[in-house]
Amino acid sequence: MSTVPGNELLTEVEVPNRAGDRSGAVGKAIDTVIRSLVPVLLALVAGGVLLLILGHNPFAFYSSVWEHGAQNKAWQESAKRMAPLLLIAVGLIIAFRANIWNLGYNGQFLLSAAIISGLAPSLVNDLPLGLAFLILFVVAGLVGAIWTIVPALLKAFYDTNEIITTLMMSFIGVGLAQILIKGPFQDPSVNIAQTKVLELDKMLPHIPGTKVHIGVLVALAAAVVVYFAISRTSFGLKVDVLGANPRAARHVGIQVKQLIITSFFFSGLLIGLAAAADILGVWGYIRANWNPAYGDTVIPFVFLARLNPLVVIPFIAFFAVLSTGGTLATQEVGLPTDFLLVLVALILLFMTVIEFLGRRRSLGQSYLTNGLREALRLPGRKKDGAAAEAGETPKKVAR
Amino acid sequence: MSPAVTSAVVEVKGITKAFPGVLANDDISFDVRPGEVHSLLGENGAGKSTLMGILSGIQTPDSGGILVDGEPVRIDSPRKALDIGIGTVYQHSTLIPALTVLQNLMLGDSGKLLLDAASARARLEEFGALLGVDVDPEARAADLALGRQQQVEIIKALWRGSRLLILDEPTSMLTPQAVDELYTVLARLKADGLATIFITHKLHEAVSLGDRISVLRRGRMVGTLDAAAVSSTPPDKLEEIVIEMMFGSAAADLADVGELRVGLGEAEAVEAHARATKAAVGEPLLELAGVAAPGEGTDPGVADIDLVVHEGEVVGVAGVDGNGQRALAEAISGQRRLTAGEIRLFGAPVDRLNVLKREKLGLRYLTDDRIGEGIVGSLSISLNLFLKRIGQAPYWRYGSIRRGTIDARAEELCEQFDVRAPGVETRAGTLSGGNMQKVLLARELSFGAKVVVFHKPTYGLDLKTTLGVREMIRQMRDGKAALVISTDLDELLEVSDRIVVLSRGRLVGEAEPGPGAAERIGGMMIGDVSLSLAGAGAEGTE
Ligand SMILES: Nc1ncnc2c1ncn2[C@@H]1O[C@H](COP(=O)(O)OP(=O)(O)OP(=O)(O)O)[C@@H](O)[C@H]1O
Ligand SMILES: [Mg+2]
Repeated sequence: MSTVPGNELLTEVEVPNRAGDRSGAVGKAIDTVIRSLVPVLLALVAGGVLLLILGHNPFAFYSSVWEHGAQNKAWQESAKRMAPLLLIAVGLIIAFRANIWNLGYNGQFLLSAAIISGLAPSLVNDLPLGLAFLILFVVAGLVGAIWTIVPALLKAFYDTNEIITTLMMSFIGVGLAQILIKGPFQDPSVNIAQTKVLELDKMLPHIPGTKVHIGVLVALAAAVVVYFAISRTSFGLKVDVLGANPRAARHVGIQVKQLIITSFFFSGLLIGLAAAADILGVWGYIRANWNPAYGDTVIPFVFLARLNPLVVIPFIAFFAVLSTGGTLATQEVGLPTDFLLVLVALILLFMTVIEFLGRRRSLGQSYLTNGLREALRLPGRKKDGAAAEAGETPKKVAR
Repeated sequence: MSPAVTSAVVEVKGITKAFPGVLANDDISFDVRPGEVHSLLGENGAGKSTLMGILSGIQTPDSGGILVDGEPVRIDSPRKALDIGIGTVYQHSTLIPALTVLQNLMLGDSGKLLLDAASARARLEEFGALLGVDVDPEARAADLALGRQQQVEIIKALWRGSRLLILDEPTSMLTPQAVDELYTVLARLKADGLATIFITHKLHEAVSLGDRISVLRRGRMVGTLDAAAVSSTPPDKLEEIVIEMMFGSAAADLADVGELRVGLGEAEAVEAHARATKAAVGEPLLELAGVAAPGEGTDPGVADIDLVVHEGEVVGVAGVDGNGQRALAEAISGQRRLTAGEIRLFGAPVDRLNVLKREKLGLRYLTDDRIGEGIVGSLSISLNLFLKRIGQAPYWRYGSIRRGTIDARAEELCEQFDVRAPGVETRAGTLSGGNMQKVLLARELSFGAKVVVFHKPTYGLDLKTTLGVREMIRQMRDGKAALVISTDLDELLEVSDRIVVLSRGRLVGEAEPGPGAAERIGGMMIGDVSLSLAGAGAEGTE
């Protein structure tokens, strides 16, 4: 009876035994706020303390972040930064909801970025600009999507742990991107490893009256479309069933293999689009050593938004302000820009603390779906995963 | 109050617990004394598990208090409950399958930095002697039979020193032999002075095992039959009283109170069977020819299955749990690939059809694993009712879900199948076991079901619901067909036209319900794993 053990406990955790403790919509709203905002606030406070220790004035620092990230014209920089971040976030949301840890975002992003940086300079000259952009976006999306196929097939057919396969494919993708940039796509006129730079008038057009390129609109539209797909289409419901209970998905006749592959595909596609928006909207070229690792910074916000593609928008906006304003603010006071990563790490840390406390007290739902939680606890041991929910974790048996 | 009350080990006073839309426990007072088994009964959703959840620290009450040895305590975590000495055995195993018995037990010691295997082993031996069972400390939990797993669970609950043992529906998944063993264990614990709360839906168990009997109804304590009453009343009369307490005046409406007793005697079962209108048997609807399907994990596969279910027929599959029941059911539903043979539905082979296509033809599978694969706990009741028709009109149109239509239909279904929930938007995972089953029944039996595979259709259901489900199965005779896989022989004798016996993945015989059928079927099941499973049961008769 491989399936019986642990079921009772699975309910205990899956079922909001504790969420029910607080009744009504007000309680739920409070839970959501606690879950979603408190880690951010705590991280900012802890970051402030850290600044104090380092001999800086935290209030001055944060207001400088705000000034450089949101005030006057600065918000436009942040808005542009939002485009890739949001597209990646939405791409991750699709995968995570399906209980798929697509951690290969860096490879998917950079490979797409390299390929369209290589193709763009000639395409924008040979074709009408609109058509060229369309083709480039499609290509970018497809490259990102194709880069998920190997992990997708391995997971669908052999139940191979995708955390490992996507990471490996990511390394390969990053390496391949560098080879492409140094090889076929190398701009012969410079001796740095980079592609040819797009002329300014051959980049994505701006939203009228601003300096914000339309890639931002693509990202916002993607968030809305994915929100619709998740909440209203049968694809969305199937993804949620797969994410919440893979065995139930099989039982009710969902084509699990196909769904795994499709979810992976769309996830990679959106991450590929992120590369197109960023390259064509902001940079115009790519360097071999460039790796913004957007995905790494986005992950906490994806979970803070509880995998909701609309809720994630303000979080991404917040982070965009923090990262554009923060880059300047840190330079101003002579801190390394890595300080921003410290803030992100602090958010993750406080999320973990709240997640942990939340299991003991009534702190609303987990950030993760059940499936994801289990995948994290016992990688590769899905079948018995439920058992790990038993009050103690198996790790404690020191053997 | 009498001095007996003051001697309670654990006393619950005025406990109230509300969930959104339900008052699961409403001002409940209750106590357990050392050396007694206190049976707790109540309909599905009456609030039994919630009350036990409060005692074992999974839930916190909204109001009311708990006294342990007369001292008020706050039980705010499962660990605290264990510290106080309240151990709980849940309905399903909570052992970690990959770990050995000893490792599972030592998880209870994890407060300590260093685990001490030697003393744990000694302690296990002590418990083995106390309970009269012999458990191999090095066996993997997954390899143990369910009854044995449960014994380990009991030991785990008692591991840190216990004064109260809570058993939530411990017998619903056990073979009769394992139930006997459990009785013996409980008797020994009782003699040792332990207090036990015993939750069950089976009246005869409650009556034969309980020193006192309490009944919950819709969150309220209906009353407790004290020891004097229990010991002085004949079991039959007692069962009637309890039914009355459980269902109130509704019990009178139930045609035949005697029939409510799950575990009917054979004579009664035969009578019930004769009473059922037997429609003429028609065309074969479901045919299995030489079917073989692989096992999964410790769950064995099936081979050489030849079986035909005709229109208007209910065929029972008897057997000890773990003899290929799941493989058989999943092979038919399409969840498991065949390695040989053929399955025909309405005369046409279905080997190339996946789960969904078979379901569209009218084949349904009521899974026995409600929580594991039946429902998605985090989704609403409505959505759970429609999981097998995702994307189909009229519930989805132009690719978009029509929540209004779905909710309206879901409300009808909940009404029809008597699902007790605050609303159709309630998350299915919060339902009591019985109500989950009703949701699944509603899903499988509606929308044009023609051939239904019922897998343990009534386990964990209260008497009334059990009767209702059996009635639904009998109604399949009306132009449909049913295959009922059950470990409850009485149930099969009651609902089936024919019973086949599954043993070690093969069909070993067939019988029609009638005089002597139980013995014959029992005989066919014997000579297989049931012997080795039950082996330890015989010696424990103090
Ligand atoms: N975590 C929860 N959130 C919301 N409602 C809940 C929760 N747990 C239980 N309930 C509700 O409380 C009521 C009592 O449930 P409980 O599980 O205690 O019943 P039960 O007597 O154990 O029933 P069964 O015999 O079916 O197991 C039910 O209506 C159930 O839906
Ligand atoms: Mg219960």
